Amino acid sequence: MRWHTAWRKLVNYTMFSLTGVCALVTVGVLFFILGYLVWHGGSSLSWSFLTHLPTPVGESGGGMANAIVGSAKLLFLASAFGIPIGFLGGVYLAEFGGRTFPFVVRYTADLLNGVPSIVMGIFAYTVVVLPMKHFSTFAGSMALGVMMIPIAVRSTEEALRTVPLMLREGALALGASKWKTIATVVVPAARKAIITGIVLDVARVAGETAPLLFTAFSNRFWSPGWNQPTASLPVMVYTYAISPYDDWHRQAWAAGLVLLTLVLVANVVARLSVSGRSAHL
Amino acid sequence: MPFVFGTLVTSALALLVAVPLGVGAAIFLSELAPPRISNLLTFVIELLAAIPSVIYGLLGIFILVPFLRQYGEPFLKRTLGFLPLFQGPMYGVGMLAGGLVLAIMVAPFIISFSREILMAVPVEQREAALALGATKWESTWQVVVPFARIGIMASIFLALARALGETMAVTMVIGNDPRISASLFAPGYSIAAVIANEFAEATGDLYLQALVELGLVLFALTIVINGLARIVIISTAQKGSGQ
Repeated sequence: MRWHTAWRKLVNYTMFSLTGVCALVTVGVLFFILGYLVWHGGSSLSWSFLTHLPTPVGESGGGMANAIVGSAKLLFLASAFGIPIGFLGGVYLAEFGGRTFPFVVRYTADLLNGVPSIVMGIFAYTVVVLPMKHFSTFAGSMALGVMMIPIAVRSTEEALRTVPLMLREGALALGASKWKTIATVVVPAARKAIITGIVLDVARVAGETAPLLFTAFSNRFWSPGWNQPTASLPVMVYTYAISPYDDWHRQAWAAGLVLLTLVLVANVVARLSVSGRSAHL
Repeated sequence: MPFVFGTLVTSALALLVAVPLGVGAAIFLSELAPPRISNLLTFVIELLAAIPSVIYGLLGIFILVPFLRQYGEPFLKRTLGFLPLFQGPMYGVGMLAGGLVLAIMVAPFIISFSREILMAVPVEQREAALALGATKWESTWQVVVPFARIGIMASIFLALARALGETMAVTMVIGNDPRISASLFAPGYSIAAVIANEFAEATGDLYLQALVELGLVLFALTIVINGLARIVIISTAQKGSGQ
């Protein structure tokens, strides 16, 4: 009997330490990635890296200014396209609608969220690139914008649902119309959570590579306007990493570091601003 | 066919590694760790889920692949070399590398979903088991985990859908060779990787259509898996609130 109890205690301790190890391993991966990127990318990161165009193979130096600007342009256009749709959709789900239709919308948004990003790329390719006959910033933004919609819908909806019913009733009792209530009372009350959701949304698509490969393509030079192929950070990381040149590998590390810093800073700031309650996707 | 094979093998491998790791970590976070540590670690794990896949690929190429080539694969070959799984030349790139990168990528999803589901298990269940004299582990493993079983399954399915559709990281380490081979060391190819590599240079309608169809296969596969998982989550949530 005593032996049995000892055995059970042993199992208890071993298994729980094992689960602890599991947690440590996963968390360790993050710090490993961060440390390695800073160590490798930091040395190749310089001012000229951020402000110069890429140089031809064999010539050292050069930078990724066009990719950084390209990423910014892609994200800007994608947000201009994806956020309003997602936001209004979220308002609808939270404030209007009966039972069945919102359920269908929610379910579809979740499914859309699970669609592989490369499939989004194919979609944008057939819808935008094929009729226009060339790769463009616009096509890349289209792919990213579609990806942003489901997340924006869900995060807006959840943010609005946390607004107490009393606020709405108060506004309605003062004679405000439903639209006025939503625009001047409910949305401002949920402002912080909505913005957090949107920042996380942008940060998520900022790192997407797959849909850009054959929509925005890439470009060694500045991309004027919205109608030309453009370089972007994630695609640069990819092409430089699989290239056979050492110098390009170093630049891939540096670009990866820039990208990761942007994404993680956006995430940390957004999540900490709603401290305690993490915005879940 | 080699593409479907590659996709399935890497995803299966990823789950094989990620499920014990993820569920174990989720148990630690929900049952054992004090709330403050648990929240902190969960925060970190959610950051991990936010890292762009191309970064995982970058690390895969420059760290995991050389490591596997020099240490990992020779070790497996020496110890388990009698299995057909671990034979053949060792390139570093290949199914094994693809599966491992995927495992690291999907583990955070399994952890954060499973943790929430485990936290939703009523405290009374735990207390009842402990009151009957069970050790903490026995109450966790025989009461809490079975209670949350369906939800954990759903989280694994969501992770599977994610692994199937993951493109960049796999493309960068899998080796891109359309062959079916029994060995995990051999380079392979996955659906998403083919699309990523060949779409931009696809000339001619037939070529393009073939790639779009691969995309459709991938799309259908992930929609079905996701759809099932979501239905399970919704129905368990309703059952839970009904009690």
